[in-house]
Amino acid sequence: MQLSNDTIQQKLTEKFGDQLTDWQEPYGMLTFTAPKDLNLKVLQFLFDDETLRFRFLTDLQAVHYPDSKGAELAVVYHLHNFTDNVRIRFKVFTSIDTPEVFSATALYQGANWMERETYDFFGINFIGHPNLKRVLNVDEMDYFPLRKEFPLEDQTRVDKDDEMFGR
Amino acid sequence: MSEHILLPEGSLEKETTTLNLGPTHPATHGVFQNILELDGERIMKATSTVGYIHRAFEKIAERRPLYQITPLTDRLNYCSSPLNNMGWHLTCEKLLGVSTPKRVDYLRIIIMELARISDHLICNSIVGVDSGAYSGFLYLMQFRELIYEIYEEVCGSRLTTNIGRIGGFERNFTNTAFEKLEKFLDDKHGYPAQLKEFENLFTRNRIFMERTIGCGPISAERAMNYGFTGPNLRAAGVDYDVRVHTPYSSYQDFEFSIPVGSTGDCYDRFLVRNEEMWQSLSIIKQAYKKVQEFKGAEAEVYHADTPAYYLPPKSDVYTKMEALIYHFKIVMGEIEMPAGEVYNAIEGANGELGYYLISDGGRTPYRLHFRRPCFIYYQAYPELIQGGMLSDAVITMSSLNLIAGELDA
Repeated sequence: MQLSNDTIQQKLTEKFGDQLTDWQEPYGMLTFTAPKDLNLKVLQFLFDDETLRFRFLTDLQAVHYPDSKGAELAVVYHLHNFTDNVRIRFKVFTSIDTPEVFSATALYQGANWMERETYDFFGINFIGHPNLKRVLNVDEMDYFPLRKEFPLEDQTRVDKDDEMFGR
Repeated sequence: MSEHILLPEGSLEKETTTLNLGPTHPATHGVFQNILELDGERIMKATSTVGYIHRAFEKIAERRPLYQITPLTDRLNYCSSPLNNMGWHLTCEKLLGVSTPKRVDYLRIIIMELARISDHLICNSIVGVDSGAYSGFLYLMQFRELIYEIYEEVCGSRLTTNIGRIGGFERNFTNTAFEKLEKFLDDKHGYPAQLKEFENLFTRNRIFMERTIGCGPISAERAMNYGFTGPNLRAAGVDYDVRVHTPYSSYQDFEFSIPVGSTGDCYDRFLVRNEEMWQSLSIIKQAYKKVQEFKGAEAEVYHADTPAYYLPPKSDVYTKMEALIYHFKIVMGEIEMPAGEVYNAIEGANGELGYYLISDGGRTPYRLHFRRPCFIYYQAYPELIQGGMLSDAVITMSSLNLIAGELDA
């Protein structure tokens, strides 16, 4: 039987009650939000449950929402169930002052570099990660470049020397 | 290896030799460094360093309208840039709700499968080169040139193609493009004959088999745990292919099979890639046949009707008000996209190439993340080569098909 989004939602709600919020289905992919101290429990449950079987971590990354105070950073997990071919996405929000989220490396080896990359660009501290160092940027870097407080150059700026740059 | 006891770190005498494989080593085919601890020629420990050609694409993309991000995707896996381009267009189309005509889908499939062939061809012939057999590389390379000529005929460039647009192609395929495609597909003098000869040289070659069987193996379970996808996962025995699992661009209209291996070693990866090239050839033939079946006005369709995202023809810009407005808005990047978040994946040459695009309704993505298969499976490399010989490490690296551009984004 094909695993439907309703079944997944029902299963998860049975287990975690109303701690999981913000259920959506953008473009057909079930999306929800979990409290940040529950992220590993949710991952483990999705992995172990005999009907859910989400045993492949497709992707892990973060998003910065500077306007939502207290929950500025979101870590987004994309999981895939190969048997039933269903994907889901869930998010964990954390504040930018204490950006701490539990690491998924014990469950998925592949999360190792994905979390390092996320740390590298957003400064999210994955607790329990075996080797949380920068992976793409230089080690000496002291900021997290994909955060929104580092805007790219405004294409319409006028303070530049036009003669030199031809704008 | 338990009889080798290493001295504590910082000891003046070490029992092992430290060797830097990379960042610019001819055998790594790209810029990555591996610090190897060697006991004689046996690898005790490996540490990978990546990021030498990191170009901050995800950040740059946050300031660019959709169509200007296509050239960024070229530079991910530059051995098969059309695949990245198409994946990006499909992601945009999913977000914008654009549906493409069948002819566009089939033309795209021709280009995507050509790109897959050109990628696998490089990878497999390089495995040959690294195991000491150079001629296979030369046999196949001339056909990559032909593939590039086809790209050139379609989009004007060869390596970083920027091929296609949101909704279709920038122009219709010329007759020359189809002629070149026929030349490529020709059974006697085209790629199939050459690939057959390549296989004759390698597949049952005893030296090659002994060199690659059991070299850098990974079990299906470990491969899944490491997030392997694509040929590398299939070589380990998991039949996961995005083209079959979530068909895009009308892949459901085609007959093809997904080759799987069992041991996940270099030899299996080699065989899986070879077989995938045959399957791609068959898909291209089917697609070409389907394209030829379009008659009359249908045979001229090469893009979807999405005026807000597809640049109008120049003659219309000069004569029609609406076309002029759209032209201006597109060129100035003033088209707003719908808010939403979308994850779209295609079967890239290395594995599942995913695009996670969040739009807040502005002109540029709020956040764009590339799921780069290379980056995710490369972390298994130290485990794959540990305990093996140094020369096996080189073959394992080339048979994983690591592309530095994709690794470092």
